[in-house]
Amino acid sequence: MTPTALAPPVRATEPVRRRSKLTDPAVGVWLAAAVVIVLGWLIVTIDGGSFFARANLTTILSNCVALGLVAVGQSAVILTGSLDLSVAYLISLGTLVAAETMQDGSVITGILAVLALSVAVGLANGLIVTGLKVNAFIATLGTAFILRGYIEDNYTGPAGQVPASFRHLGYDRIGPIPVSIFLLAAVAAAAWFLTKRTRLGHHMYATGGDEHAARLSGVRTRRTVIIAHIICSLCVGAAALFLASRLGAGAPWAGTEARYDLESIAAVVLGGTALAGGRGGVAGTLGGVLILAVLDSVFNQLSVDPFFKNVVRGVVIIAAVALYARRGRRSA
Amino acid sequence: MTTTTAPTPAPYKRLTAALGTGIPVYALLVVLLVALAVTDPSFYELDRFLAFVKRAAPLVILAAGQYLVIVSGEFDLSVGAIVTAGVVVAAELYGSFADAHWLVISLALVLGGAIVGLANGLITTALRVPSFITTLGMMLILEGAVFYWTGGSPKGVLPEDFRALGRNSAFGWLPWAVLVCLAVGAFAVWLMRRDFGRTLIATGDSERTAALSGVRVHRVRVLAFVLSGVAAALAAILVGGFSGVSAQAGRGLEFEAITAVVLGGVVLGGGRGSVIAAMAGAFSLQALFTLLNLQGVSGALESTVQGVIVIAAVGLGAANWSRIRRRSHSSGGTPS
Repeated sequence: MTPTALAPPVRATEPVRRRSKLTDPAVGVWLAAAVVIVLGWLIVTIDGGSFFARANLTTILSNCVALGLVAVGQSAVILTGSLDLSVAYLISLGTLVAAETMQDGSVITGILAVLALSVAVGLANGLIVTGLKVNAFIATLGTAFILRGYIEDNYTGPAGQVPASFRHLGYDRIGPIPVSIFLLAAVAAAAWFLTKRTRLGHHMYATGGDEHAARLSGVRTRRTVIIAHIICSLCVGAAALFLASRLGAGAPWAGTEARYDLESIAAVVLGGTALAGGRGGVAGTLGGVLILAVLDSVFNQLSVDPFFKNVVRGVVIIAAVALYARRGRRSA
Repeated sequence: MTTTTAPTPAPYKRLTAALGTGIPVYALLVVLLVALAVTDPSFYELDRFLAFVKRAAPLVILAAGQYLVIVSGEFDLSVGAIVTAGVVVAAELYGSFADAHWLVISLALVLGGAIVGLANGLITTALRVPSFITTLGMMLILEGAVFYWTGGSPKGVLPEDFRALGRNSAFGWLPWAVLVCLAVGAFAVWLMRRDFGRTLIATGDSERTAALSGVRVHRVRVLAFVLSGVAAALAAILVGGFSGVSAQAGRGLEFEAITAVVLGGVVLGGGRGSVIAAMAGAFSLQALFTLLNLQGVSGALESTVQGVIVIAAVGLGAANWSRIRRRSHSSGGTPS
């Protein structure tokens, strides 16, 4: 052990780097998810239920999809040092647009309409944050208010209808695996590739880590932030499409009732991504989503009071982040 | 006349320094108040105006508390849940002790708010959890606990003497809520002019510098959270008196309070902005709601207009602010 102390600095960094890979937050999150699954399985089995029943697995996985899609998008903006509080209302509006367009036109036009809406909202968010220099918290809260006003002014209840062919996305499954999980997998894989393997992704991490330093190093930080917001909104659009196919119609409360805005941020942070930006990633976020979904399923199986569920959820989120803060050298 | 047509730079500078980063919000407030006068000339009759201030009081109090937390570089998302919990807990307490004095119940609520704030502060500082997450978790916990306790539908009534603070008037014309609001405002201004206020701003500006200069950063922040919790409890007493027991009592108030503070030119991330401007932001928000109401904007579209104005005002503030700062170098961080 002593020679390492005298070794040249270049070699000394080797073990440090390897260790930093092992303590990569994503690994910890997935370990935590595994622990939660085992504990959940034990508790449910002791209670006399069956955790690994096919119906239960399907429920867990399809519960993952909507929150997972939103959270993957949210990770992209949070990594870049921004935030998106407008996702809940964008989901609601997305389901409404999808259902109404598909009622009159084809499925393809519905999908395109939702994606176009998403790009528009993401672009608006990005431009307000970078162009008007409004803090992301306020900017996206403002967008959320604007969307909410539009929805409440034009819709009072469910509207439109989704054709049967499109509902396959929400309900079909292969064995215990719902097909919608492939949508999540594809989106997550794309987001992972984009953030970890492309120049844009490196720019996102750089911008989130230190925007000033990134700009001085030649990163077009504004453009990066705008693109991150568009990516986020596209993921949210995908979630809206999934929920529309699940509900069979558009609903003004589709995104707000489940509080996708705050839940997705909680999942991202649970997944080890720093709220300040620059650290974390999509892989950890998926682990965070899985933890929340498994907890939900365990509580449902034990028929725990839904309000008590929120209490436990709050405690889990705070405790998990406190653990990360202890492990990390610097706090977020 | 000659002096007014050619203002010397010195008074101008002094004026901008006194108003600080709040100039846009004062301008916005004036515009809104003028618009209110034009829309409804009777708005400035004393009782109508006092009624307006009374309606604004809870938000102003919340904004003052939120300001303390935001200027120290943190967030408090739990205040809306504290308001809801406060109202429901008051009703439940009266259910158990029907003849309790209103002051006892109010003190219990304030104590409860302080404890929640203390928990927020300790978790944020000692456990190093980002306050966004701490207070978000606290919001889930409080809302869940309140509904779990009351079986999903809070019921019960608040007696007259408890509700008096929120709905009745002193001397027959001055609403108690206005007095409470003034007292909280005066206290907040006094606090920000004292050592505590200066260390709070220093902490928000640069935690490390403040710590190295001997500020007990953690203690200052915890105190800010406690005061925010107390402010939320006070707001709960007023809201409970004003509109009675409801599970929706505090819904969305946390975002309104943060919006008000940011509207007042206070920078998220801490270290800049004044508490008076933050409270002016709350008044502006309430004036905006009132104006939209008088203009007959449908309740649904109200939030759209609110969103546009908030973005525009903050965007404008960001632009103006940087120009002022460049002109008078680093005069930022002026307290109160």
